[in-house]
Amino acid sequence: MPASRRRNTELSLLILALIVGCGALALVAVARNTDRLAKVIPFMIVLVVGYVAAHLVMRRFAREADPLILPLAALLNTVGLAVVYRLSPKEFGPTQVSWSVVGLVFFVATLLLVRDFKMLARFKYILGFTGLGLLLLPVPFGTTVNGAKLWIQFAGLSFQPGELAKICLVIFFAAYLAERKELLAIASKKVLAFHVPDIKHFGPLLVMWGVSLAVMFYEKDLGSSLLFFSIFLVMLYIATARFVYMAFGFVLFFIGAYIGHQVFSHVQLRVRIWLDVFNPELIGGESYQMAQSLFALATGGLFGTGFGQGRPDIIPAAETDFVFAALGEELGLMGTVAILMIFMLVIARGLRIAVRSRDDFGQLLAMGLTVTIGVQTFIILGGVTRLLPLTGITLPFVSYGGSSLVSNFILIALLLRVSHQGAVEPDPARTAEILIGGRG
Amino acid sequence: MERQIRRVGIALIALFLAVFVQLNYVQIFAASDIANNGANSRALIKKYSVKRGSIVTIDEVEIARSVATRGKYKYKRTYPEGELFAHITGYLPFAGEATGVEAAFNDDLSGEGGTLSMQDLQDRLLGSGERGDDVMLSIDSRLQEIARDSLGENTGAIVALDPTTGEIRAMYSNPSFDPNPLASFNTGTAEDYYQTLDPDSGTSPLVAVATRRTFPPGSTFKVLTASAALESGRFQPDSTFPDPNELELPLTNQTLTNYSNTACTGSGQIDLFTALRISCDTTFGIIGLRVPDDIREMAGRMGFNESLPLEIGTAVSRFPNIPDDEEPLRAYAGIGQGEVAATTLQMALIAAAVANGGDVPVPRLLHRIIDASAGTVSEPEPETMGEAMSAQNANDVKRMMVAVVESGTGTNARIEGIEVAGKTGTAQSAEGANPHAWFIAFAPANDPQLVVAVFVQNGGSFGAEATGGLVAAPMAKALLEADRRLRDW
Repeated sequence: MPASRRRNTELSLLILALIVGCGALALVAVARNTDRLAKVIPFMIVLVVGYVAAHLVMRRFAREADPLILPLAALLNTVGLAVVYRLSPKEFGPTQVSWSVVGLVFFVATLLLVRDFKMLARFKYILGFTGLGLLLLPVPFGTTVNGAKLWIQFAGLSFQPGELAKICLVIFFAAYLAERKELLAIASKKVLAFHVPDIKHFGPLLVMWGVSLAVMFYEKDLGSSLLFFSIFLVMLYIATARFVYMAFGFVLFFIGAYIGHQVFSHVQLRVRIWLDVFNPELIGGESYQMAQSLFALATGGLFGTGFGQGRPDIIPAAETDFVFAALGEELGLMGTVAILMIFMLVIARGLRIAVRSRDDFGQLLAMGLTVTIGVQTFIILGGVTRLLPLTGITLPFVSYGGSSLVSNFILIALLLRVSHQGAVEPDPARTAEILIGGRG
Repeated sequence: MERQIRRVGIALIALFLAVFVQLNYVQIFAASDIANNGANSRALIKKYSVKRGSIVTIDEVEIARSVATRGKYKYKRTYPEGELFAHITGYLPFAGEATGVEAAFNDDLSGEGGTLSMQDLQDRLLGSGERGDDVMLSIDSRLQEIARDSLGENTGAIVALDPTTGEIRAMYSNPSFDPNPLASFNTGTAEDYYQTLDPDSGTSPLVAVATRRTFPPGSTFKVLTASAALESGRFQPDSTFPDPNELELPLTNQTLTNYSNTACTGSGQIDLFTALRISCDTTFGIIGLRVPDDIREMAGRMGFNESLPLEIGTAVSRFPNIPDDEEPLRAYAGIGQGEVAATTLQMALIAAAVANGGDVPVPRLLHRIIDASAGTVSEPEPETMGEAMSAQNANDVKRMMVAVVESGTGTNARIEGIEVAGKTGTAQSAEGANPHAWFIAFAPANDPQLVVAVFVQNGGSFGAEATGGLVAAPMAKALLEADRRLRDW
């Protein structure tokens, strides 16, 4: 098989990303103690081997896939690892290396198992129910961490089923919507100035609204609730081109959120922390974490304190939800904006993959996956920078955590699969359009 | 669907732009406001990550040192001698402003001042912990202990300094406090102890009597009045003054009486020399009325009406500008009463000026700064605040003060074998309250080595019977004798 130019680009970028990532890891090791350098070299080797292996699998099984996604993920993953290692060189650092390897294994496995993404449509109901089940699993079985019921403890391991649920649900939505988009888009009634579809087609929307409220009320997890519901609404909008669905959906969500605010004290507290983070009454307790996040970012300033020179370890949960603030303290605005730009690049590539996909399911799937990364990133970055009330959720590829890493590796594997097929498969619809002179 | 995809893409970019703007706000525009919030412990962690230099006395007793901890704050500040040096070292509170030497030499102690040595650079690069410079004070711990023991339970202060260099050898105020709990990392402990010190009151133990509180100096002030009289050129030590039973004050029907309520000599006349020796109030009342401007100028040259240039700062001793229509107050000012109020350190400087041939030394606590990592030492040069009077006049005042101890009101300060110069003060305070006992002294008169000023508020344990000669003079003597032993003069 001739080596694809895309794969060569990917390899060059991957090498660059790994040089930056391994360099960051070496820096944090030296910053703490010169003897530590020897301890991180095995980590570097494992990561380089892992990513090169993933790249080689792509050469064989996703030849024409987007060349930027994997290097960008590698950059986020390794820089994130450097921050996690800097915070916890004995515990979370080494574990995160293991999880990265596990994540890469899932990445490769997904590429190998899903040779044609369209086959996923066949399992849409199974995946849909699995996703719902995973999402709601913590309601009866979950343990509460930091006020939210997100975790399942099983056989000594704990995982966040929500992370995997989002992928299952994206596949289900994409398949379901691709099948019914014409039906859903038909506007048969007119309410005020808007053409509104028949009420029965609002069924799925109302069901998802109910599920997202259940997540919010029973698991007390506003972030996940917002994420799932917005993924659904955006996909519904893309499928039907009916803005009214999205508008109506967000109105419903905010009604739900408002009721949640009135009913639940922890939601009120989140809002109060957001509005009044430096209140001396709160700063020693309730708003401590949020304030520490802002102190870290502010201390970092433009250039940051330098790796190992700040005190991001003061922020509670610095290695998970607040990893971005920890990075911002030591790398400054330069570092945080760089991370922001990497995520924007991932999203831009995702949008491109969606546009280039040859069929509705592929487009919806690529968009769903892209929006998942985009909205999740926005929710947590908005939270730690106090743009939004904080809701605990991981920063894809950067935060410490196995469930999150594994799910996001699966996510990009699916995205790359869609990308590859979009590039190699003929486009029957477009050929037909050219023949009959339809619009593009 | 491409149109929707494009719109969703634009929406996502808008969301990320919002984060970008917010990041600029938090990390650049509002960064210093946010980072300077008192709840941001980063500054504290940095503050306590440096091994702060020790504060040591001239006899090498550590009176403040940093001790390694296992917590996130790497070094804890302790004061091994407790309350003995509290007003001098001050303390380094966990949250809040440092006081005393801890504040005055903070840059040196924390290693932020001075030159960057190779060792500093190496420490910084390897992160092996910075170290501040040591500050050696001129205080002698043995003399300081004698000052404390002499004062005992009495509220008051003792200041002892070297008149030629201005170096303070002892400075103790009672009541004092223990700086250790105030430097505790447990802010609750610190706050509880702080509150027991009645911090808002002017009489709190936190406020050093020696440097931060002023009292009417009474007859000790006559040394200054006598100096001003001589400097005016209108009087000599043998100038004679009337010696009335009571001095009639102008503009009123009030009179100024002597301590004994009679004339000082009974011979109808008294000379300036004798008036100082036996502390004759009417004579100095007359001088107060005759040369008020000279006295006020002399007070200014000796340091009144502004904060003294001591490293840790002082309260302002006051000599009022008395208008013509309040002329009687000038008589009271001449004897250190009325609106005249001085710190104990200020009174020590008056004696120091006399001892030092008219030059007022700048009082100082710093002996040297020792940069342990670079092995260098920096030492301040002695300075003077200026010439208060001529050497001739200073010598004349000195002879008067020697007579005070030899055969006047200060005989309790006599020391076998050397000449001691001194002046007593028994100052009226509030109506009905017991008088304050004062004594200022230096020795040996021919080559002054140590100046001592003693202040005992409301006469201390002597109550209404207290006089400067009875209460304060023996304390000054104890300091002089101790320093003579220690430094062999």
